[in-house]
Amino acid sequence: MIRFKLNGKDVESKMLPGARLIDSIREEFGQIGTKEGCSEGECGACAVLIDGELVNSCLVALGSIEGQEIVTIEGYRETDRFKVLDKAYMKAGGVQCGICTPGMILATEALLAKNPHPSREEVKVGLAGNLCRCTGYNMIVDAVLQAAEEGDGLW
Amino acid sequence: MHISRIQAPVKKKDHDEKFGAHALFVDDLQDKVYLYAKAVRSPVPHGKIKSIEFPELPEGCYKVTMDDVPQNGVVVIQADQPVFAGDVVRYIGECICLIVAPTQRMADELAAEVKLDIEELEPDLELRKGNEIAHEYRYETGDVERAFAEAVDIFEETFETGYQEQAYIEPQGMIAEWEDGIMTVKGSLQCPYYVQTSIKHAFKLDDQHVRIIQMATGGGFGGKEDYPSVIGCQVAAAAYAIGKPVKMIYRRQEDMEVTTKRHPSKSTYRTALDKDGNILAMDIDVMFNGGAYPGLSSVVLQRGLICATSVYTIPAVRALGTINLTNTVPNGAYRGFGAPQTTFAMEQHMAHLAKHVGQDVLDFRLKYVAKQGDHTSTGGKHSTKIVMPELIDRVLKKSDYRNKVEQFKNQTGRYRRGIGFAMFSHGCGFTGSAERDLLKSVAHLYKHADNRVEVRVANTDIGQGIKTTLCKIVADTLDIPLERVFCNNPDTFIVPDSGPTVASRSLMIVGRLIQRAAIRMKEEWEDGVEKLYEEHFIEEPTTIAWDITKFFGDAYPTYSWGVYALETIVDTVTAKTELVKLWGAYDIGTPGDETIAMGQMMGGLTQGLAYGSIEDMVAVDGKIKQNAFNSYNIPTSSDICDFDLEFVNNPYEWGPYGAKGAGELPLNGGAPVYTQSIENALGADVMKIPCTVEEVMELL
Ligand code: FES
Ligand code: FES
Repeated sequence: MIRFKLNGKDVESKMLPGARLIDSIREEFGQIGTKEGCSEGECGACAVLIDGELVNSCLVALGSIEGQEIVTIEGYRETDRFKVLDKAYMKAGGVQCGICTPGMILATEALLAKNPHPSREEVKVGLAGNLCRCTGYNMIVDAVLQAAEEGDGLW
Repeated sequence: MHISRIQAPVKKKDHDEKFGAHALFVDDLQDKVYLYAKAVRSPVPHGKIKSIEFPELPEGCYKVTMDDVPQNGVVVIQADQPVFAGDVVRYIGECICLIVAPTQRMADELAAEVKLDIEELEPDLELRKGNEIAHEYRYETGDVERAFAEAVDIFEETFETGYQEQAYIEPQGMIAEWEDGIMTVKGSLQCPYYVQTSIKHAFKLDDQHVRIIQMATGGGFGGKEDYPSVIGCQVAAAAYAIGKPVKMIYRRQEDMEVTTKRHPSKSTYRTALDKDGNILAMDIDVMFNGGAYPGLSSVVLQRGLICATSVYTIPAVRALGTINLTNTVPNGAYRGFGAPQTTFAMEQHMAHLAKHVGQDVLDFRLKYVAKQGDHTSTGGKHSTKIVMPELIDRVLKKSDYRNKVEQFKNQTGRYRRGIGFAMFSHGCGFTGSAERDLLKSVAHLYKHADNRVEVRVANTDIGQGIKTTLCKIVADTLDIPLERVFCNNPDTFIVPDSGPTVASRSLMIVGRLIQRAAIRMKEEWEDGVEKLYEEHFIEEPTTIAWDITKFFGDAYPTYSWGVYALETIVDTVTAKTELVKLWGAYDIGTPGDETIAMGQMMGGLTQGLAYGSIEDMVAVDGKIKQNAFNSYNIPTSSDICDFDLEFVNNPYEWGPYGAKGAGELPLNGGAPVYTQSIENALGADVMKIPCTVEEVMELL
């Protein structure tokens, strides 16, 4: 039995310690906002926050997160910071098909938490672990810069 | 620029469900107990199947073979490929049968234990003259024979382009259920009625017994135009045989190895020149590698061949195009649909011709840019307004191209700057008379009793924002708030066949049907009354009717146009290239929503730049080598530069609110503007894309 915190709630997984965190999140706890794009740590669609750090959940063995705090999009979407990102992405046109979006949102959070006022270049580097095939990124970068401005003080 | 009401950006209809991750993609469905399917695939490029030996299958696990399909053929255009390979396998990865189990893991493990006895046959692996030809088209306008006889100079070049993988971030996947004589298939797909046609054929069912529902779709780019018919038939076979719901979701590796890609090509351009270096005629030979089965290749080739002279008016043209069959993965639709290959070749050839005759690479090209009234490559007529001079002007100004191109010639240091300039176009809608003769689209607009209005079309929102742009047209026409108009993911039991989501046609063609329905609805509007409005395709006027047998006439009702300039820096020690900035201008008629349209431009442009530079995929001994994102590099946010893009408004009379096709156009110019910038930086000719670090190394 592996215990951890998922979006603020204490949970217990019945999966084996070797099972992937993404499978526990999606299948055991039904939180399907975490997406699987490549299964090998390359695309960031499965990104979640583990104790505030952005991590690709397809590469994480359940056994390694005992006692840690996991935040997925389902938890993050309840926050005020999310609301700021929501508005900024909407205005900038940062969402097309939406499959990369949950991971991109959490990557944005991880970036702004460390660097509340990033430069354009820093945003590009900060999001480089999350692939988006639809947008060509510039509108996402705009969204992050806008959010940093409008959410001043939140991060 | 003045922005009309229709252009003004709005919150996208699917924004909340996508941003909050409420939208359900096919793998997210947890509403039932599903079985999971895994394909058993051919390990050889060509061979005779002598026997299949299955492992002991535990209770609740199944095999699904060709015997479970009443008619073993997937209809893409024709039923020219099997659902499950019969006696012969024709490419590595061809599906032979399925193993179905209660968990994906069990299915994977059991599938790996299936023993195949295959007698290998001689494979044909390389694209070359002498491959088996699946399709061949040719056309000729003007007197090519005479031009070549009179030429004082003949200049010939051959260009090559590689595979390109659509690389949608959500891999392919579908589920099927066979219940009460009805086959329901849900999945990640662009064209519900294509999947329906295929399943009807394979299982001998009719419209009333095959139901296709699109789930939220994580990108398509053409990759989910044809291939879902293949998975659809396979997973349906499992449901049909077992009688329980079955899920089949590809992992990335499988997706990259076996699904359709952009056709690799080889094109030879031979040009006849007079004594002053003017073009008299071109003789063009285009070969596309179709892979093992023809599928959609014929129509991809048609577009590629028609676009073989790109934006230019050439006095006389002879073109021959072939789909060559090889024992490799079948190729199919990818944004641009044959045009990116020939747009690249033609743009390079024109620039090389200029150098060959000692003229400026831009001025030489500008002399041939099509004008309204010019004949098209296939003897049609450019009857709609062409604003290329304005697009060219804007890009020249903002990029400072002319100064830079001179400044960047003959550099010597380690880092060398280059600036490229490329022009491109895209024929809007289906090629030829297919809209009229084959698709015959029907669209519905439904007025609910609560005065909300529903757009019912088969066109899918795969990120390009079609739900929103269609709803905007309706809201504006009816003069009601956008919130009262909605559009759900298509379900073939509810929506009529308004044709596939391809060819940059959804907004221009289906949008117009919806607009006409809305106009009628407005005239008859009565609060509280429920009523369905149906509209059928009416052909837009063309000047010279298309004739496929002669490959002659107006292939498209109109064209979208674009111009790019790109500045790059090449490091001559590492051969790495950095993008500095890209400037562009487009004519897509009147954009249906500025932000959505700009998103299409940026996404398509990024894929085009990557097609020309970093996206390298090859088949080695028939096997796709780059089968993961760490070997097949698609751009990340740190790879791209800033884009300075704009639209020039040029309303198209037959498009809704002046709209023309938009989605594919921006991709076409990406590769040539990249290679042109490399040529400027290094003073060498680029004959092949992708122009990777290795290629640049060769050029140095
Ligand atoms: S699915 Fe985990 S990084 Fe791609
Ligand atoms: S929006 Fe489609 S992958 Fe990013």
